[in-house]
Amino acid sequence: MSDLIDDPYEGMNSPEFSVSELSGAIKRMIEGEFSHVRIKGEIGRVSLPRSGHVYLDLKDDKSVISGVIWKGVAARLPMRPEEGLEVVATGRITTFPGQSKYQIVIDDMKPAGVGALMAMLEKRKAQLQSEGLFDPARKKPLPYLPEVIGVVTSPSGAVIRDILHRLRDRFPRKVLIWPVAVQGERCAPEVVRGIEGFNALTPGGAMPRPDLIIVARGGGSIEDLWGFNEEAVARAAAASDIPLISAVGHETDTTLIDFVSDVRAPTPTAAAELAVPVRHELLAWVNEQDARMSRALSGALMTKGQRLRDLSRALPRPQSLVETPRQRLDMVSDRLPVGLSKQVQTKRIALSDASGLLRPTVLRRMVDAERRSVTAISDRLAPALVRNTRAKRDMFDARVTRLRPTQLVLQVQDMEEKLSRTVKNFVNVSHSSVVKWKEKITALDRLRETLGYKETLRRGYAVVRSDGDLVTQSTDVKGEVEIEFADGRIVVGKDTQGSKPLPKKAKPTPPEQGSLF
Amino acid sequence: MSETPVDEMTFEQAMAELEQVVGQLERGDVALDASIKLYERGAELKKRCEKKLKEAEEKVAAITLDSQGNPTGTTPVDGQ
Repeated sequence: MSDLIDDPYEGMNSPEFSVSELSGAIKRMIEGEFSHVRIKGEIGRVSLPRSGHVYLDLKDDKSVISGVIWKGVAARLPMRPEEGLEVVATGRITTFPGQSKYQIVIDDMKPAGVGALMAMLEKRKAQLQSEGLFDPARKKPLPYLPEVIGVVTSPSGAVIRDILHRLRDRFPRKVLIWPVAVQGERCAPEVVRGIEGFNALTPGGAMPRPDLIIVARGGGSIEDLWGFNEEAVARAAAASDIPLISAVGHETDTTLIDFVSDVRAPTPTAAAELAVPVRHELLAWVNEQDARMSRALSGALMTKGQRLRDLSRALPRPQSLVETPRQRLDMVSDRLPVGLSKQVQTKRIALSDASGLLRPTVLRRMVDAERRSVTAISDRLAPALVRNTRAKRDMFDARVTRLRPTQLVLQVQDMEEKLSRTVKNFVNVSHSSVVKWKEKITALDRLRETLGYKETLRRGYAVVRSDGDLVTQSTDVKGEVEIEFADGRIVVGKDTQGSKPLPKKAKPTPPEQGSLF
Repeated sequence: MSETPVDEMTFEQAMAELEQVVGQLERGDVALDASIKLYERGAELKKRCEKKLKEAEEKVAAITLDSQGNPTGTTPVDGQ
């Protein structure tokens, strides 16, 4: 199949649009069809750029349509578009060919019935309550007599007149009015500014800082009062350092600010009554206090004076105080000399009784008794000594008899036996040693004999000496020669000198051997 | 008795102390010397209260705001 050859199909000959042509056609169709629509929905995301235009989404559970409120329209709206609010918007649909989009340009918008507003108010209330802004502990007490009262309200209208009027009736004060719009789009931000502005003033400045703020507005529809339901207003009232009275609408209207204010007044007039006491009542009170004070003081003086008089009347005469004691003194002093002499007499009797008993015989009797007891004791002294000595001797004898020598003797005999045994042993041992040594010496002597030259003589040798010296060579012979044989010696003269071999036979014995023994 | 000099007391402070002084005097359990001193103190407090009550003066002004909504000054208001 080639690109050049078109496949014929149905509708192939219909005209072709450019994109812009189609977009333009859609725009014309939509804007023509929906040039004025009323749409009900919930406000979704809201954005408020600096331009002042408001961009928002309107939605239900399935679909979303973007919307825009131009700046001029937004300022006129009776309410501020807020996320979650159910509204009915009026406007027209436009398209945005550049982005293939469409939106609704809103000319007017109202809450979709009071129910929607109240539902939203309840939601806010719950939110602020959970943050603790309604906590009674947060509420500040109102000053008893504020010097300066700040009123946030519309400068024109019945409300401020009512407040000023009631204040003048009760207690004229300095009043500063912060002018605000009390309904519409500008209401909430201006009220916030007023509350914050009063708090920002310095005490005693050119513009004196109020001691009390009243936020007031007359009655109106719920939409009219809506500014006082705004969260920002409620938060500003809660944040105020200056005690704040809210008085918005009639007694039956309750707005969000009423929950966070320190005191809620049912009406603006009531707010003025709460703000100040009644002056002339106070003046009367002060005068009454003064009167009470004077009464109390003079009363006290009077009572005390009366008491003084009563007491002084009850005071007895000085004379009556001493009469009785004096009488007693008289009576007693009368009895004094009598009592003394009586006392002396009694004592004297006692003395004479005692001295009567004191005689020498009594003393002697006592001495005799003592002496007798001494004699009795000394009589017992000598026998007691004898008895005592005897007892000791008996004890000694008993011990002596127990002392026996046999034991000692046995011990001595034992020792002696031991000694003789030892001596015998020693003798035996030493004797056998001596015998052994003797035998050894005999044996050795015999050995010496056998080894000595005399034994050699027995075998036929002889020893020749000349002039006492041993002759070993013929030249050593001088004079006479002495020959020793085994059985004795003979001397041979010089003329017998020719027999030479004889001396040759002599076996010289080393003299040293002899000297060894 | 409070530390604040009577001349610097607020109306409420002076009032509270005056009430206390009167109560004490009326109870009569104060020595005579002390009660005379109390009375003098009470008289001072009363003077202070009266002064504060005489200061009652109406002066009403509205704050003027610039285009940004900031306060610039005040203008007297008739209030009638």
